[in-house]
Amino acid sequence: MIKLLLRNSKEKIIYGLIISSALITMGILFWIFIFIVMNGMPHLNLQFIFSNYSGEETGIFPMIINTLMVIGITIIIAVPIGISTAIYLVEYAKNGRVVNVIRFSVELLAGIPSIIYGLFGMVFFVTILNFNWSILSGTLTLSIMILPTIIRTTEEALISVPKEYREGSLSLGASKIRTIMKVVLPSAQSGILTGIILGMGRISGETAAIYLTAGMVPRIARGILESGRTLSVHMYLLAKEGISFEEAYATATILLLLTLILNIMAKILSRNQES
Amino acid sequence: MESRNVIEIDNLNLFYGDFQALEDINIEIERNKVTALIGPSGCGKSTFLRTLNRMNDLIENTIVKGDVILDGVDIYKEINLLDLRKRVGMVFQKPNPFPMSIYENVAYGPKAHGVKNKAILDKIVEENLKKAALWDEVKNRLDKSAMGLSGGQQQRLCIARALAVEPEIILMDEPTASLDPIATLKIEELINELKKKYSIIIVTHSMQQAGRISDKTAFFLMGEIIEYSDTTKLFSNPQKKKTEDYITGRFG
Repeated sequence: MIKLLLRNSKEKIIYGLIISSALITMGILFWIFIFIVMNGMPHLNLQFIFSNYSGEETGIFPMIINTLMVIGITIIIAVPIGISTAIYLVEYAKNGRVVNVIRFSVELLAGIPSIIYGLFGMVFFVTILNFNWSILSGTLTLSIMILPTIIRTTEEALISVPKEYREGSLSLGASKIRTIMKVVLPSAQSGILTGIILGMGRISGETAAIYLTAGMVPRIARGILESGRTLSVHMYLLAKEGISFEEAYATATILLLLTLILNIMAKILSRNQES
Repeated sequence: MESRNVIEIDNLNLFYGDFQALEDINIEIERNKVTALIGPSGCGKSTFLRTLNRMNDLIENTIVKGDVILDGVDIYKEINLLDLRKRVGMVFQKPNPFPMSIYENVAYGPKAHGVKNKAILDKIVEENLKKAALWDEVKNRLDKSAMGLSGGQQQRLCIARALAVEPEIILMDEPTASLDPIATLKIEELINELKKKYSIIIVTHSMQQAGRISDKTAFFLMGEIIEYSDTTKLFSNPQKKKTEDYITGRFG
């Protein structure tokens, strides 16, 4: 009887701990979210969003455009390479040393702090290749950084395609490449898209790597060889230089909104895949 | 003139690495007949089936020795793999339609072999869905996903898909194992119809099924063919003790 009571109370305590951990996590998340939005909202208006950052104007329009440009170009560079790598690993490579080396490199890439990518980009793309601080240097650096995300999610999506689909296609005399393009990739589509969107989220929030490679000119970059400041870099400068915390919060609100939209998109897509 | 045998196999041995899955297989498969392969699980009957369209090539470390002759041509030495699979179609144990429309499923094979004309594809789709006795059930929803069909319908769709590339031989790997009795009956009726034009080789776990639909039966055990003869003869008057033990249910 006493044993039973003891066991019951032990379970209750553990249950309580688990629940409170969950509540604390959620609480902190909401608190951050509300804190930033509360502080950002008063300064947020159409003029702030749609005007330039020069002279009297303190708008973030150039940064929004630069951010979208960086996201777009990085995706264009990284996605084909990432998907091809994943296809090689899942569909072609036989398990052996080469695959292990590639897998290990991918894991390694994923674990490197972004400032190191930034440093590498600054030395290699900015200086050695002489691309200067530019959208090109920045997006090339970020492409390398998000490759692991793209490769891993694509790999998982490809692995989850039933082998019966591949057999069905091959047994009809379709070539391997046709099987991959027409049957395997379409079946893995939403998983791959989810990975791409997660990668986009990472790009939009990245600061260190892009700050060291794309520079911080607060104008819309008119070409990929021009420097351009992104939202996250802008926020960093506003806060670090003590220019304006109101503006920093307002910028953060926009960035949060962007990340939120990307995450919701990823959720919807992965739900679609399950059904 | 076409010879009586569509496939002739001479001293076939197959290894997965060190494991010998098939041993000294010698068999002649007759044209326009249904040949059933029976035997307990793991006896090599599915492995044997998959040597005939070289699906075993997908498994690493598979070594095939001996001759598999399809209409006078050695399929391991003298034929393009994609051509072989066009001539030797396959239907799998679990219905595996692609996650596309019913139409696209049937048109997939012809497209892979270069048919682009929409009118021709339309004709191929209709013809083969009719051959697979599925046309009436799906003609109004060809553009709907094949995943919405019942298991039996999906399997008949897979048969239509296989027929659409105009094979000479159809391999069936326990095609009714995952279907209910009524769907099974439909597939069996279909096999009876199809053998007029195609040579069919079917792996089955059910001896009743082998008895109902096949002309010839081969009994596999431990990677070897123990007995191969007319189905009626094999079931009524088996020559080997092991065959008799198996068909009377003493093991397996």
